Amino acid sequence: MPRIAPSGPGSVPRWVLAIAIIGALFVVLPLVAMVVRVNWGEFIPLITSESSVDALLLSLRTSAAATALCIVFGVPMALVLARTSFPGQRIARSLVLLPLVLPPVVGGIALLYTFGRQGLLREPMNVLGIQIAFSTTAVILAQTFVALPFLVLSLEGALRTVGTRYEAVAATLGAGPTTVLRRITLPLVLPALVSGSVLSFARALGEFGATLTFAGSLQGVTRTLPLEIYLQRETDPDTAVALALVLVAVAVLVVGLAHQAGSRTRAGGGLL
Amino acid sequence: MTRTKASGRSIRNLSALVLAAAVVTGAAACAGTSAEPAAGTSAPDASASATATTAPAGTITVFAAASLKATFTKLGTDFEAANPGTTVTFSFAGSSDLVTQITGGAPADVFASADTKNMTKLTAATLVSGTPVDFATNILEIATPPGNPAGVKSFQDLANPDITTVICAPAVPCGAATVTVEQATGVTIPAVSEESAVTDVLGKVSSGEADAGLVYATDVQGAGSTVEGVPFAESSAAVNTYPIAALSATKSPGLAQAFIDYVTGADGQAVLTTAGFGKP
Repeated sequence: MPRIAPSGPGSVPRWVLAIAIIGALFVVLPLVAMVVRVNWGEFIPLITSESSVDALLLSLRTSAAATALCIVFGVPMALVLARTSFPGQRIARSLVLLPLVLPPVVGGIALLYTFGRQGLLREPMNVLGIQIAFSTTAVILAQTFVALPFLVLSLEGALRTVGTRYEAVAATLGAGPTTVLRRITLPLVLPALVSGSVLSFARALGEFGATLTFAGSLQGVTRTLPLEIYLQRETDPDTAVALALVLVAVAVLVVGLAHQAGSRTRAGGGLL
Repeated sequence: MTRTKASGRSIRNLSALVLAAAVVTGAAACAGTSAEPAAGTSAPDASASATATTAPAGTITVFAAASLKATFTKLGTDFEAANPGTTVTFSFAGSSDLVTQITGGAPADVFASADTKNMTKLTAATLVSGTPVDFATNILEIATPPGNPAGVKSFQDLANPDITTVICAPAVPCGAATVTVEQATGVTIPAVSEESAVTDVLGKVSSGEADAGLVYATDVQGAGSTVEGVPFAESSAAVNTYPIAALSATKSPGLAQAFIDYVTGADGQAVLTTAGFGKP
């Protein structure tokens, strides 16, 4: 048993350690329980079945697309929230963060009433001939909706933490706003951007409720890994557990890799 | 100047508020799915007196398929009114989930399944006392949005790819019934989505996202004016039978049997027929 040094500048009281261990067990034990339930003899055939592979590939594809959308829209949103002040900014911020706390099913219903066939945007979408319902696009929209706040939140925090000193200096030296953004601001918050993107990806990967409500469920088109797990659970718990483990492994892998990348580009910032 | 500080604090306040809201909605969602007492009951718990006597008295817990929620809630209230001193509590969920719970030792006295397959799992595990009794049937029906905008008239119409049709996945009972009807008729439905639950199919139809969905006749009845039903004769190829049985773990076999008799009796059958169920 490795002994944890009870003294030193970084030590914590023993009772804090004890509670922390209980908390960690609470998170880890269910994962262990799942691993124990996996039918290892059948594991490979279960996760390489056609429907499983389709679901995994679809999940990776849509989560990557959703993360890209989160970066494209989230970075400007975080900049506006952190670097400007305008009337109603607090309300704007709370609205942007709303998907964090909204039950995903509610998010799905809201998306349906916006982009659905009978939704708010039906006229312009009819004119443009866009059909989103039951398509992979709907999955990406649902994932972006729930994942966007993670990127905005971590990036905005980092932007506030690094402050505006370097930006002000660069501006006095004659750099234009876009140059300052490109050469000063974004490099400073890069670790937070990476960790925020990873969180968004992980959230998109786990998205279930909004997808189910908004996009439907069809193999290879809209049935992502979480939906496949939910469906398999009905008839084939072995497959469901095996796929759940795959989902956890992918999520851990992505978060671990990005954490490494983040600490290499100098630690700090964001929620990771 | 002070603006940034103030807004920093307000973020924290806001996130606390928003977190509280999340907790509340989460709790509400939990309450919605857990076992709930039949409406309007406050009868005292008298389960101690139930075992010995043949006259029904005391409390029983009925595990029933989700599709029975409306009818069984009403039957429970009626049963309590007809038998003063009794309390019937319900837990509604998917039949396979309920079987998992009962096998895991959940305290249930009666199980009403949406199909014979799940009841067989329990009889095979000798968790059922006596023989299950069939008390209702259910058949598929086409649900369309109000006004039937795509003009769906028959089961054959669903083969038209221009008609956006949503069905249940073959892995769930309503989807298995759909496959059976497809095979019996030779009609293949190019469905845009295969949902995990019949409620998800209904949701896609009532919101107008889909032109048609295949659900049970009782779902159409229960959805009221939000959807329109199109019955079709081919649905007879897949008739779903609902069995009910007392469980061997029950401490109130008399009351459990009395409730089963009530469901299979004239009063129970009348309520079930009104809800769109067929006779067994």
